[in-house]
Amino acid sequence: MLQKRVIVCLDVKDGKTTKGVRFKGNIEVGDPVEMAEEYYRQGVDELVFYDITASHEKRGIMLDVVKRVAEKIFIPFAVGGGIASLDDMRAVILAGAEKVSVNSQAVKNPRIIRQGAELFGNQCVVLGMDAARDTGMPSGYRVYINGGRTATELDALEWAQQAVEFGAGEVVVNSIDADGTREGYEIPLTRLLSTSLEVPVVASGGAGSSRHLIEVLSEGKADAALIASMVHIQGYTIHGIKSDLSNAGVPVRED
Amino acid sequence: MKRVGVVDYDAGNLTSVKTALKFLEAEYIISSRPEELEETEQLIFPGVGEARTAMQNLRSRGLDQFMRDYFQSGRQMLGICLGSQIVLSKSEEHDTTCLDIVPGTARRFSRNSGLKVPHMGWNQVYPVRSSPLFADIPGGISFYFVHSYYPDPQADSAVLATAEYGITFTSVLQLDNLHAVQFHPEKSGKWGLKLLQNFLNF
Repeated sequence: MLQKRVIVCLDVKDGKTTKGVRFKGNIEVGDPVEMAEEYYRQGVDELVFYDITASHEKRGIMLDVVKRVAEKIFIPFAVGGGIASLDDMRAVILAGAEKVSVNSQAVKNPRIIRQGAELFGNQCVVLGMDAARDTGMPSGYRVYINGGRTATELDALEWAQQAVEFGAGEVVVNSIDADGTREGYEIPLTRLLSTSLEVPVVASGGAGSSRHLIEVLSEGKADAALIASMVHIQGYTIHGIKSDLSNAGVPVRED
Repeated sequence: MKRVGVVDYDAGNLTSVKTALKFLEAEYIISSRPEELEETEQLIFPGVGEARTAMQNLRSRGLDQFMRDYFQSGRQMLGICLGSQIVLSKSEEHDTTCLDIVPGTARRFSRNSGLKVPHMGWNQVYPVRSSPLFADIPGGISFYFVHSYYPDPQADSAVLATAEYGITFTSVLQLDNLHAVQFHPEKSGKWGLKLLQNFLNF
């Protein structure tokens, strides 16, 4: 049986992992390669490295992180943040990443999804989407870009459907309302996307306890749940979370 | 350790297979040239992407006949992902004629059942008989899959392991000295590495 995935997200700035709250005030929490190895040992299903390095000159540091991770962990991992061209995509894929996540750049230039999918396959191209509640939008959610700071005219469901049509093989939906709160994922948004899209949906933003993962993977119909501060800061282990999920009847990989 | 050839036919990224072989300290070469690959004792042919393009790439390099000859020579071969589909007679993907080493067809998962396609993620693999490829690997261990087509061999005897995704499908093929896995052992954690090690030990 196909298992529900637990994915750990590491925000990387200048080669160090940070964890932001509501998209601001990042604090440094450690070395991304060492952290990746530790979560790999604990049985994480997948990792996402999100490059939040501001300056373009320092992007080489991230590629070095990706290469070092690829030599040590043998599970899929994605890289996102500032992917603006096919060359950016190629660089992280050749460095060893399985998937590339595009977010703001895909809104500004949707062709990057199609081109990336044609060149590397749909399974390589992940749409990352930041969305916030907005009763003025058809689905009730509006898409934001630039780390959640800039509102767009896009409806979350319509944009996700369009991106899948362009070739995105997976959608990570991050709730701006829930992100950093530790009060639980945005279930209605996740469920809406997961039941409307024909590709896997990863829920992101708001995880603070195993119960939140159980909710989003069952009620929310998500294929995977993304976590960060639960394991970076709060002291949860992947093993512990998975055993909670398993006890609640959520099928997860435990070995 | 034996010398392993990794077939490069422009079907996706070989970085992860290379890294895994390096980690396992295998002696390997990566090549798209039959004359170089001929000098090896074992062959691995990974692949992601689309069957028709993959077959065109193999043919244009003379690798299609090379692979059939390699199989006939009795040396051990391991196909990964798309590699488990192109060894069949044909694929439903653009109605492609494949290598025809193992009689059968690569079929598409049906979306009718409400299943998401591609089948992506960790799924449990159940060997249907004992095999050195699964030495010390328990039944029901999860491996990482990403695919829209799956191998459907004509003969039940070619099924080494199955998995469930709406239907029961063949997750590992075996015919004589050829093994082919639909999942990615190089991305399947310690058990994936164990499976690769088992192959290298053949």
